[in-house]
Amino acid sequence: MNSDCIVVMGSNMAECHPVAFQWVVEAQKRGGKLVHVDPRFTRTSALADLHIPLRAGSDIAFLGGLIRYVLENQRYFRDYVVKYTNAATIIDERFLDTEDLDGFFSGWNQDQGMYENRTWQYRGGSVWAAAGQRTAPAPQGDGVVVAGEVPFEDPSLEDPHCVFQLLRRHFSRYTEEMVERTCGVPAAQFRRVAELICDSSGPERSTCFVYAVGWTQHTVGVQYIRSAAILQLLLGNMGRPGGGILALRGHANIQGATDIATLFDVLPGYLPMPMASDSTDLDGFCLPHGGAAGGYWGNLKAYLVSLLKAYWGDAATPDNQFAFDHLPRLTGDHSTYQSTLGMVDGGVKGFFVLGENPAVGSAHGTLHRRGLRNLDWLVVRDLYEIETASFWYDSPEVAAGEVRSEEIGTEVFLLPAAAHTEKDGSFTNTQRLLQWHERAIDPAGDRRSDLWFAYWLGRRIREKLAGRHRDRDRPLLDLTWEYPLEGEQQEPKAEAVLREISGVAADGSPLPGLGALRDDGSTSSGAWIYCGAFAGGQNQAARRRPHWEQSWVAPEWGWAWPMNRRVLYNRASADPSGQPWSERKRYLAWDPEQGRWTGPDVPDFPVDRAPTYKPPPGASAENSLPGDRPFVMQADGRGWLFAPSGLLDGPLPTHYEPQESVTRNPLYEQEANPARQRFLRPDNPYHPTAGEEGADRFPFVMTTYRLTEHHTAGGMSRFLTRLSQLQPEMFCEVSPELAELRQLRPGGWATIVTERASIEARVLVTARVTPLRAQGRQVHQVGLPYHWGSRGLARGDSANDLFPLVLDPNVHIQEVKAGTCDIRPGRRADQAPS
Amino acid sequence: MPFEARRWPVWRQVTGKDLLGLGRTATSALTEGRTARTTTADRVATSICPYCAVGCGQLVYVHEGEVTQIEGDPASPLSRGRLCPKGAASRELVNSPLRELKVKYRRPHGSSWEEISLESAMDMIADRVIATRDATFEEVDEQGRPLRRTMGIASLGGATVDNEENYLWRKLMVGLGVVQVENQARI
Repeated sequence: MNSDCIVVMGSNMAECHPVAFQWVVEAQKRGGKLVHVDPRFTRTSALADLHIPLRAGSDIAFLGGLIRYVLENQRYFRDYVVKYTNAATIIDERFLDTEDLDGFFSGWNQDQGMYENRTWQYRGGSVWAAAGQRTAPAPQGDGVVVAGEVPFEDPSLEDPHCVFQLLRRHFSRYTEEMVERTCGVPAAQFRRVAELICDSSGPERSTCFVYAVGWTQHTVGVQYIRSAAILQLLLGNMGRPGGGILALRGHANIQGATDIATLFDVLPGYLPMPMASDSTDLDGFCLPHGGAAGGYWGNLKAYLVSLLKAYWGDAATPDNQFAFDHLPRLTGDHSTYQSTLGMVDGGVKGFFVLGENPAVGSAHGTLHRRGLRNLDWLVVRDLYEIETASFWYDSPEVAAGEVRSEEIGTEVFLLPAAAHTEKDGSFTNTQRLLQWHERAIDPAGDRRSDLWFAYWLGRRIREKLAGRHRDRDRPLLDLTWEYPLEGEQQEPKAEAVLREISGVAADGSPLPGLGALRDDGSTSSGAWIYCGAFAGGQNQAARRRPHWEQSWVAPEWGWAWPMNRRVLYNRASADPSGQPWSERKRYLAWDPEQGRWTGPDVPDFPVDRAPTYKPPPGASAENSLPGDRPFVMQADGRGWLFAPSGLLDGPLPTHYEPQESVTRNPLYEQEANPARQRFLRPDNPYHPTAGEEGADRFPFVMTTYRLTEHHTAGGMSRFLTRLSQLQPEMFCEVSPELAELRQLRPGGWATIVTERASIEARVLVTARVTPLRAQGRQVHQVGLPYHWGSRGLARGDSANDLFPLVLDPNVHIQEVKAGTCDIRPGRRADQAPS
Repeated sequence: MPFEARRWPVWRQVTGKDLLGLGRTATSALTEGRTARTTTADRVATSICPYCAVGCGQLVYVHEGEVTQIEGDPASPLSRGRLCPKGAASRELVNSPLRELKVKYRRPHGSSWEEISLESAMDMIADRVIATRDATFEEVDEQGRPLRRTMGIASLGGATVDNEENYLWRKLMVGLGVVQVENQARI
């Protein structure tokens, strides 16, 4: 609403997050501009001031072009950049760029297929990452660990090894001609976007970027987001009203599920899960994971010990390192696609699926269903009988006669789940806002909440194992597992769980916030970032003061982590001296009389920390950061234009082609991200990419997307009459030119073919998908909504079946936004001709 | 013009003050006799839309133990009372006759679903977890370093269920030594 310009890229916000889109329209009413950069013309484009179609998979080239434009035309926000980012920091002189090494950064180990980040470090000191891979970087110089001040910097930004100059060199070839060649975006269009975002940034104005899975589902997905972060830092748009980068997430509680934390590699609050190779000593674990770094991560031990106390209560004592040994250990990537391969190969025997539908929603559905067929047992908890539960009698493989039900040995339990109206609990929305939903009625029949399931399954297993006194059962039997039970169904009280997550002091009183957490075992908190969600013994997430009774920031609606802050890093909304950059963009300001930060939001900074604060020698954690360093999670308190650690595929984003591409990489001999995760096995074939023999068999780009009327893999929409009537059938979207080329008839059938699968879809011929000219050739793109499967009222083939398993190395996300395919008229071979 | 024709909605729309047909001209004797389900509800529960992560506010109207209507909550600073087609369909999501009500069980190599009680299902699942965990438990790696885990069990999902549920489920999985716990974040 406060943005002067909003760039939506990798998202169709108007159709996929329509209610949030009202705020974009509000911004437009106030004079703000909307830019939509997307391969397809959608309703978002229809309302945009500027729609820029680009080739799917080329966004880094486009963003890199914008970065170069900002740097070379001196359009960056210089005061912000010098003070609040690491632009001035000097990097190790051994660092070599992709421009020096034809697509590789220094430190590439060809045998292991991964980078070693020693040469990416700050000169004279190693620095811990606030996110991503948080293991220790290789020691530098005298073993200095950056906490606050960095060893070497050049505020004039002229040193050839300072980040600013490295950035200029790195992006020097991202000219508008290169953007045109790579993305298929004419230079004039590109320039309009560049001018618009520059004119809409600076002390008086702010620009916001909005993305969704169109940016993440790539083999270089994390670096897409990094590109936007660099641009927004250069333009001074982070931590300020109307600025920032907004991720639009697709599930009601995807943010919460990530936060507290059903992910293999993090414990609640993004604490690292220990590896077998880590020290078994608690201090020996915390220190190399940033426990001595500057910023709030310097309190890592307090956060971890508080979690261990929440898990194991009285069994976690100073004498047993607070039961640190009770945590199981990782030995590598154990993400969902590895588990799928584990099922196919036989290692994984039992599988729980809670409200997810991987048979439709994950890449290479065929492989997923093969995995399900190979399990000993499967528990599916859902509202409806989804494809993941019915794979043994209703699946493409059974329909095609490739397998028979009787051959499948999997034992399947389908347990009906309670709906959101039938249980108390909180969702965390895409802006980190916890909001409570009340139980309106009790669930009928065998329907139960997942809280009930977790509690009663745990209680039953604990009772069965209580008598056998085996060491391996201690972590289970020592868990604190006492929750008040309510009603006939003996439902655990959700508020009691939120209270445990938020945390309590030794005397059982609720903690006010994360500042109270200690590393001596005197506090417990199930997720440090959620600490304070039950402050004062009140369910803060349940607050619902109407918006007309409070300020536009609405701090009394729900509760945002951490500490109810609505805009992260909001110290950056004021200049180094603590005054607003401009009256128009006033948010936080330092009040010297009161000696505190004031404004409509909770300061994301120690509230009484003066802008002039200089850390005394030996200060640690947040106290090691000077009073003009807004990025309080970073070891140096600054926004990272250059990421010396945390990323597995380079300190800077650079353009790579997708695993499967119709054009060659215009920048480097190295086509795709060298660190991407591939699975070279016969059941996961990859297409030849551009320039390789046979690539012309798959001459078109394919990309997946979502519709307003359906939800992700369809489990919550394809069973509903009205939504199914509104979007009854799988279709593919092609341009008139492609329709003519392949003789596709509007409303008729087409078969989309890859090495993984062939699927059929109705043909939608529309000018909304424009063929582009990239690298001197015509590029046709095929749009595929991915909601369908064999179940429900609206049925159809699953687009995700077409894609292979190939992942981003940092976060193991699938590449389904850009691949190659062929498309032919008519139905699949095993269907009757139309 | 006869009286009946003047009651015709289009006539009233064109001749009256409600040119867009959004006001009283859209009503008739039949619709005026109707009562909104929101007015007959016994109680209203505050809620949040279960679909995407925007987190629109919902009001859930309950009458005689049934959810009779779900509306957008005008008080929400995020959604200001609005819902998209999915959120507006959430009453059917919770009330649909296609929703599962009883436990379904498919035995290995079976050709149909069978009905079993929730109690037996819970007991059987607990036994499966214990047996698989015991059969696949890894105390240490090849270098003797502690692992305390099982790679024989995996879990997927969390983005459609509550924070409290995610937290408790992960806590149980950590206790069991199940490390392959994942959700929709990677799709």
